[in-house]
Amino acid sequence: MKSNSSQLKYTVLYVILYQIFINVDIAFAQSGANSVFRTDRINALVFVLIFSASILLYTKWARQGKSLFLRKIPGLDAIEEAVGRATEMGRPVLFVPGIAELDEIETIAGISILGRVAKITAQYETPLHVPVRYPLVLAAGQEVVEQAYLEMGKKDSYEKDTVQYVAGEQFAYTATVNGYMMRERPATNIYMGAFFAESLLLAETGNAAGSIQIAGTARPEQLPFFIAACDYTLMGEELYAASAYLSHEPIMLGGLKGQDFVKILIGACIIIGTILVSLGYGEFFVNLFTAV
Amino acid sequence: MKTTVPVLVAFLSGLILVVSFFFDDKNWLGLLGQELKIWLTIVAGFTLLLGVVSITRVNWSAVQRKKEGWKFKILTLIAIFAMAIPSVLSPDWSIRFGRNEGSIYDWLFQYLMSPMMATMFATLAFYIASAAYRAFRARSAEATLLLVTATLIMLWRVPMGEWFLNLFPWIDIPYLLNTYIMGGINMAVQRGIIIGAALGAASMSLRIILGIERTYMGKG
Repeated sequence: MKSNSSQLKYTVLYVILYQIFINVDIAFAQSGANSVFRTDRINALVFVLIFSASILLYTKWARQGKSLFLRKIPGLDAIEEAVGRATEMGRPVLFVPGIAELDEIETIAGISILGRVAKITAQYETPLHVPVRYPLVLAAGQEVVEQAYLEMGKKDSYEKDTVQYVAGEQFAYTATVNGYMMRERPATNIYMGAFFAESLLLAETGNAAGSIQIAGTARPEQLPFFIAACDYTLMGEELYAASAYLSHEPIMLGGLKGQDFVKILIGACIIIGTILVSLGYGEFFVNLFTAV
Repeated sequence: MKTTVPVLVAFLSGLILVVSFFFDDKNWLGLLGQELKIWLTIVAGFTLLLGVVSITRVNWSAVQRKKEGWKFKILTLIAIFAMAIPSVLSPDWSIRFGRNEGSIYDWLFQYLMSPMMATMFATLAFYIASAAYRAFRARSAEATLLLVTATLIMLWRVPMGEWFLNLFPWIDIPYLLNTYIMGGINMAVQRGIIIGAALGAASMSLRIILGIERTYMGKG
């Protein structure tokens, strides 16, 4: 019954989407104006529809109880162990949710992971410190951490200043966090989100402070720095998969499988395109994927 | 209710922004999408006050309790307000107010903040050296391969190294490095990561828009 209602919800969603596209376009066509629908972006629309359909389909299968295999992500498995280490040593856990604003999806991914980490620190009653660079991230971070402590029944252990706004400038922020690492020597440092030039400054300082370090970012140019200085690194998509992976909820894992399916499709397109271009027949195929 | 309203707001905002991408910017849907982005900027501006309150409360409480390093906290508070207050006052009152050239804010930014930030950035060179030393230690076959490749690339990227590599005219090492290492292996790996990350971001966005992912609100 529940499955039918969710199916109905998604069908309604698609009907609404379709109606918006069609009605707006027809209305403008009837008023004599040029078509407002960007036909040059039709390839992106097709991709969005295939992608959404595959995610929703796998989510539906997951809901129905179909078992979905998910490979192990050592960095995420190590989080609980790393927090446990901090508890044993009686030292705090430092969580850095990147240095980007909340409108970056990487920051949202970081905040999602913060919720999971906060639940573990609440359970073990380990001090948690979360310095942030933007006030919006501060508000979101405080909400997530408070909720985590509440859910674990440790509302009294929650301190509002667990999540702290420290500085708005990139290197002022870095200097503050580095200073904290050298003074307080947190046992565990977790960096999850968008990082730029400060990635190595943070990770190397954490390494010098003797902390166990887990990092995750989708920025390919910062990954080598984290790999060199951290114990575990989540690369690219692993960061976005983290919240679903840690939740163990089938409905969220379904999204990951749908994403994998699209990755296979893209891989197949790359192989087909390579063969066609090599044979000199690739122009039409390549034009299908031209970004506008 | 506490969850339903934010999920609904996320759904509608996400839907409007996705749909507006497929329509011309000049129609109402495109304009609505742009309007939402302006709202975000306004909301972010208001939350700046939250940041100021947070940083003041934390530092002031440390000063009151005479925590370790409390004198530095006083300095932090002075720095915040010395920059913030003159910058929000009207330049009509004094040329030292506001954020124009010659103002207190401008002076503090040019002669204190900028050099300090540049200094922090410059220390990166030393951090890179220590990280590279650890990463390039030839302890295994893979690390040795990394060491050799990185050495060649670094040589190619500096004028003296380029001169050295050109000493072997029978083999065009810069061309090989550019074509096969940077344009081949390196590019392929970077693109793999970028494709994966882009799909991950799109998948997460879709989960948020549809209300499947609520962990960013501390739920689930």
